[in-house]
Amino acid sequence: MPKFSKSPWVMHYDGSSCNGCDIEVLASLTPLYDIERFGVVNTGDPRHADILLITGGINYHNESVVRQIFEQMPEPKVVVAVGICACSGGVFRDCYNIKGGVDTTIPVDVYVPGCAARPESIIDGLVQALDVLEKKSAASAALSEGESNAQQS
Amino acid sequence: MIYLYRTLSMLAYVLLAPLVGGFLAGLDRKLSARMQGRMGPPLLQPFYDLAKLFKKQVLAVSRYQFMMVASFLAMVIGTGALFFGGFDLLLVFFVLTTACMFFVLAATVTNSPYAELGAQRELIQMLSYEPMILLTAVGFYMANGSFRGVDVFYTDEPAIVRLPGVFLGLLFILTIKFRKSPFDLSTSHHAHQELVKGVTTEFSGVLMGMVELAHWYENVFLLGLVALFFVSSAWWSGLLAVGAVLLVWFLEVLIDNTSARVKWNHMLRSAWIVTAVCGGGNLLVLEIIRMLF
Ligand code: SF4
Repeated sequence: MPKFSKSPWVMHYDGSSCNGCDIEVLASLTPLYDIERFGVVNTGDPRHADILLITGGINYHNESVVRQIFEQMPEPKVVVAVGICACSGGVFRDCYNIKGGVDTTIPVDVYVPGCAARPESIIDGLVQALDVLEKKSAASAALSEGESNAQQS
Repeated sequence: MIYLYRTLSMLAYVLLAPLVGGFLAGLDRKLSARMQGRMGPPLLQPFYDLAKLFKKQVLAVSRYQFMMVASFLAMVIGTGALFFGGFDLLLVFFVLTTACMFFVLAATVTNSPYAELGAQRELIQMLSYEPMILLTAVGFYMANGSFRGVDVFYTDEPAIVRLPGVFLGLLFILTIKFRKSPFDLSTSHHAHQELVKGVTTEFSGVLMGMVELAHWYENVFLLGLVALFFVSSAWWSGLLAVGAVLLVWFLEVLIDNTSARVKWNHMLRSAWIVTAVCGGGNLLVLEIIRMLF
């Protein structure tokens, strides 16, 4: 059986980013960096996604949106915060409308620092996310096995 | 003896079509990447994707979803099996239409606005390609005197000699059937679509896996239809058919990478015009020739 992490489908959501990080995320798809080498597909559908990639901090308007997208994704799933804004709020931290980093709203697995985060570090973060994805899928497989054993006995 | 061959060919389709279909899908992604100057994913990527989808959690939004998707898959396999068994082409095409109806139903039972809009577009796509599909069956009848697929093996010359127009028309609507740009209106394998993922928006995990699998089966069946134009009683016609299939697949990938999505009315109009001119014209000429000689 091929590994779960060989097919990471990524959903990209722009929180309150200045668009700097978004450009870099898209740059990772271009011929120079080409993250499709790792099987990454950029999908717009949370139901198909394995990795939620968020740029920019969370504000009071999109808080519920981010939570909903996260809930619509099937398990196992991983969240990657790209850019210092997504990690902690960054330069917008003290703005009246900003709640803070992504982890104020949903659990984050990988933090990618930088302003803007370079494509190299985004790819680095995604590769780390693959490890987390693999661990989570192993854990959920063990869990469902335990459940079916419990049902049988 | 011929019955044994037909049964074997059906069995071969059911067992091998996923392998061939998945391999073609991988080739598609690799080729597309190369056309864009990228490395692209591994050749076996579609199989990794499928394995993952089957392992992922399913978030079913309707209890009928599974039944509809499973029926879609079963009907598509049935279509291909009947085709490769050499049965009546009309029967094959009717089963195909039923399969597509299940796909549309699977999307509409979810109540998602994106999926529903995708389903409506899927219906328009069916409306666009169905006439040409029917003309293809009629064309084979006029060329070979029989609707049965297996009868092409008893002809002296490949059907393409008599049906070049029908072949061109079919080539045009194949782009709709393969869900390639510019006609990937109902759902698309490219990122960023105005409809999220159209028909497949609400399919997660194994549901999406079954849809992918069905598309692989469907693609192999459609390429088989292309091959049918080139097969005759001569042994070398097999090689010709394989060459034609590969060329058509390459063309589809090229068109996919070089064109932008069109609006539905443009698709409907152009598909029907091509059907009438290429398909209808071809059949008219055949009929005139038949009456004269
Ligand atoms: S980290 Fe910098 S580039 Fe990225 S969204 Fe924040 S301000 Fe913009």
